[in-house]
Amino acid sequence: MVEGIGIVLLKLAFVLLFVLNFGGLLTWVERKQSALMQDRIGANRASIFGIRLIGLFHTIADAVKMFTKESFRPVAAEKFLFTIGPGISVFFALVGFAVIPFGDVLIIGGKEINLQLAPLNIGVLYLFAVAGMAVYGVVLGAWASKNNFALLGGLRASAQMISYEVALGVTIIGSLMIYQTVELQEIVRWQGGTLWGWLPKWGVLMQPVGFILFLTVGIAQSKRVPFDAPEGESEIIGYFLEYSGMGFGMYMLTDFVETVMISAITVTLFLGGWQVPYLMADGFHFPWGATWQLENWAVALLQVGSFTLKVMFFLWLQMTIRWTLPRFRYDQIMRLGWKYILPISLVNILITGLIITLLK
Amino acid sequence: MFGNMFKKKRYLFEDEGVMVVDMDQTAGRYYDEAMKKLEIESYQGDEMVVNMGPQHPSTHGVLRLELVLDGEVVKKTTPHIGYLHRNFEKHAENIPYNEVIPFCDRIDYISSMNQGMGYALAVEKLIGLTELPEKVEYMRVLCCELNRIASHLIAIGTFGLDVGAITPFLWAFRDREQILDLLEWLTGARMLYNYIWVGGLAREVPDGWDAKVREFVDYFEPKMTEFNKLLTNNHIFIKRTVDVGVLPEDVAVSYGCTGPVLRGSGVKWDLRKDEPYSYYDKFEFDVPVGEGKFGPLGSVLDRYLVRIEEINQSVRIIRQALDGLQQHKGQDVRSAIPRRIRPADGAEAYVRSETPRGELGYLIRSDGTDVPSRVKARSPCFSNISVIDDISRGGMIADLVIIIGSLDIVLGCIDR
Amino acid sequence: MIPILFFFFAAVAIASGIMMIVHRNPIYCALFLILTLFAVAGLYVLLNAPFIAAVHIIVYAGAIMVLFLFVIMLLDLKSETSRQRPGGLPRILSIIMSGVLLAELVLFLRSGTANLPLVEGDLIIGSTKEIGNLLFTEYLFPFEITSVLLLSSIIGSVILARLKLK
Repeated sequence: MVEGIGIVLLKLAFVLLFVLNFGGLLTWVERKQSALMQDRIGANRASIFGIRLIGLFHTIADAVKMFTKESFRPVAAEKFLFTIGPGISVFFALVGFAVIPFGDVLIIGGKEINLQLAPLNIGVLYLFAVAGMAVYGVVLGAWASKNNFALLGGLRASAQMISYEVALGVTIIGSLMIYQTVELQEIVRWQGGTLWGWLPKWGVLMQPVGFILFLTVGIAQSKRVPFDAPEGESEIIGYFLEYSGMGFGMYMLTDFVETVMISAITVTLFLGGWQVPYLMADGFHFPWGATWQLENWAVALLQVGSFTLKVMFFLWLQMTIRWTLPRFRYDQIMRLGWKYILPISLVNILITGLIITLLK
Repeated sequence: MFGNMFKKKRYLFEDEGVMVVDMDQTAGRYYDEAMKKLEIESYQGDEMVVNMGPQHPSTHGVLRLELVLDGEVVKKTTPHIGYLHRNFEKHAENIPYNEVIPFCDRIDYISSMNQGMGYALAVEKLIGLTELPEKVEYMRVLCCELNRIASHLIAIGTFGLDVGAITPFLWAFRDREQILDLLEWLTGARMLYNYIWVGGLAREVPDGWDAKVREFVDYFEPKMTEFNKLLTNNHIFIKRTVDVGVLPEDVAVSYGCTGPVLRGSGVKWDLRKDEPYSYYDKFEFDVPVGEGKFGPLGSVLDRYLVRIEEINQSVRIIRQALDGLQQHKGQDVRSAIPRRIRPADGAEAYVRSETPRGELGYLIRSDGTDVPSRVKARSPCFSNISVIDDISRGGMIADLVIIIGSLDIVLGCIDR
Repeated sequence: MIPILFFFFAAVAIASGIMMIVHRNPIYCALFLILTLFAVAGLYVLLNAPFIAAVHIIVYAGAIMVLFLFVIMLLDLKSETSRQRPGGLPRILSIIMSGVLLAELVLFLRSGTANLPLVEGDLIIGSTKEIGNLLFTEYLFPFEITSVLLLSSIIGSVILARLKLK
């Protein structure tokens, strides 16, 4: 019993550290990657004892700044809701990581540890529930500020998020039909085999249309460019207009944590999660017949590493998209979600069903 | 008197057109009360009155826009200007002719060479100075065109920023930095040059300056191609701008719009070609006109494309000007500067020139002394912004931001 | 373990239910309703119906309550400063009805709680797979009829909204 709780706490610590570190790292990636793309240097002044470390200390500097800034609450704002708005946002962004598997089983001293924080059997539905609740942080924060601009931003945000929630569900259905399960660990395990002996059975090969649609919808859910009309910085500035200090910091943290979450979900559903091609539970089994035996801890390490690398790739991709594309107008976003993405994903379901029945 | 003021304003407000209230028409404290009374009477139901206040990331200056919104749709836009009024015309009545030039620079601080050029031309017409050294003429054209490129780079860069693309903004500013470095070498200042003087230029051109300009032009042309690949040919960008802010030709002409705003609506009118001043008739260049290729003519996209094409044409002019400069290298740029500017009593001159924003006109009247009796600057942005109510009605706030960006206003020019 | 969780969720549900009725500001009422929904979802999980819990949160707390909140926010309803209690006939009727309800509840609880079956730790019944199987084989007809019903209500609301606009 105590062992069980200890293991859960360790996994919890790992997941939290993973997520929060990536969230912090993303601020640095945003600055440096945007600087690279825009032909400039980026932030590189923060240093500890003279060591600059290409600007990595700016994450710590930003955190210190956020904490020490005056948290100003406008007089007309609703006290309680204004204070907990950002908290709700961050809570629902972080809590979604409970079902993401980042490795297979790790065998320590005869005990099998499933490298997934909460092996729920409703798997993907939990992610939808959390994505649906993320609207509240935005809406409550926006309304509680009692500012017309913030309210506009909150309205845009909630309408966009609810519309794209529907699309989020429908785009995945095709993949779920192929995987035959909703549990995330089983989904990743299903992607472990190979097609025709040498091609890894990843979801992106089974459902390319679903992959692209899901990535688009995921970016829309987390309100990143090109779908960042709610935080349209040059128009209405955003739903977090009245927040300063740590409140604003938490909304920004939500932004980055949701980016990591979308990357993690995409990787889990479409890119094989923690699967390394040709890596089985006891080592590598190459298609040309060679094998390479590995210890269980080495296999687990490789799996966690591969998951991290894939998530990093998608983070880089989302950052690149952010600095390249202009922003959609709000009604164009709604039109895209309802009139284009939803019908295409429904057709995708039909075609997938057809192919599955034909192949049986 | 009080009642009369209200009566007059109410007539103007009742959908007869745009009400652009100039600050020196109404007395200060009655102004706000009058506006408040009119605001409450004029909107009904669930319309929201929102202030896009003087401090806003997208209004390109201190412009206050009072919007009547129905949800996201803009029903009425009322610009309130005057936040940057610095009494240019009053100053000009108190100081000698050549001391007005730094004030001219500050009218449109982004393209200040063009402002100084217009004023210098007006004073030269006033005193009858027509023959200037060729080097001066070529240098003036060079500086004006370089400044035109710099100004248009700001216009398209911030336009990209308004649409949401952040990277083109930084690329445009990187290239603008090169131009500013060139002009700093030439004049000593990055933005407010005080270089084009009545009858000549303030300083001699440094050695090697024209070689650097040629280098810059060679460096710059591929950068524009890159910029176009990123922003102009982007599908999202085109979809966002193609049917927004359509300005019909007759509306543009009736409001007195000039510059890329007018040319974007299809009217081929460029003062450099139609009423050439300085040496512009010696150069070969095209005047880009909006064609409505992707959508309705006169949309925001047309104005943007006109500016992009104008940058290319300015590069052509600069190359030709550099060749011209090469031939007349040895002349002294200060040789024709008059020692005393004292025009005849009652002389009046109005000269208009083409700035990056449109037609800038200077009316100068003298009364025989060293000091002008009246200087009036006809600013292009003032007429350009008066169309904003007409073209933004029925659009959304996001469109309004883009429309302001496409009109390319500079508040210094509007308020003077 | 399970009784502790049950009492916790039950207490939260009852408390937030009462707060929802009693509180004056409409927005806080809606938020307490969301809290009640969460507590009820927790109770569903304890009853081995995780699918129902997830769908409950996705649909009810995640979509319907957001729309409720929308309306309350946009209408900008002020909190009721003075409560006008309805006197006379409605009051008497409500007292009688709630008395009847209370009596029913007490009678039911007193009679047969000892004979109700205990919920076993059996995860198969409430799992997504089982429910999906049942929905698409045995209960296919009610499923399809429900979706047609939902479609008709969507179309009806769209028509009503457009009529109002025109």
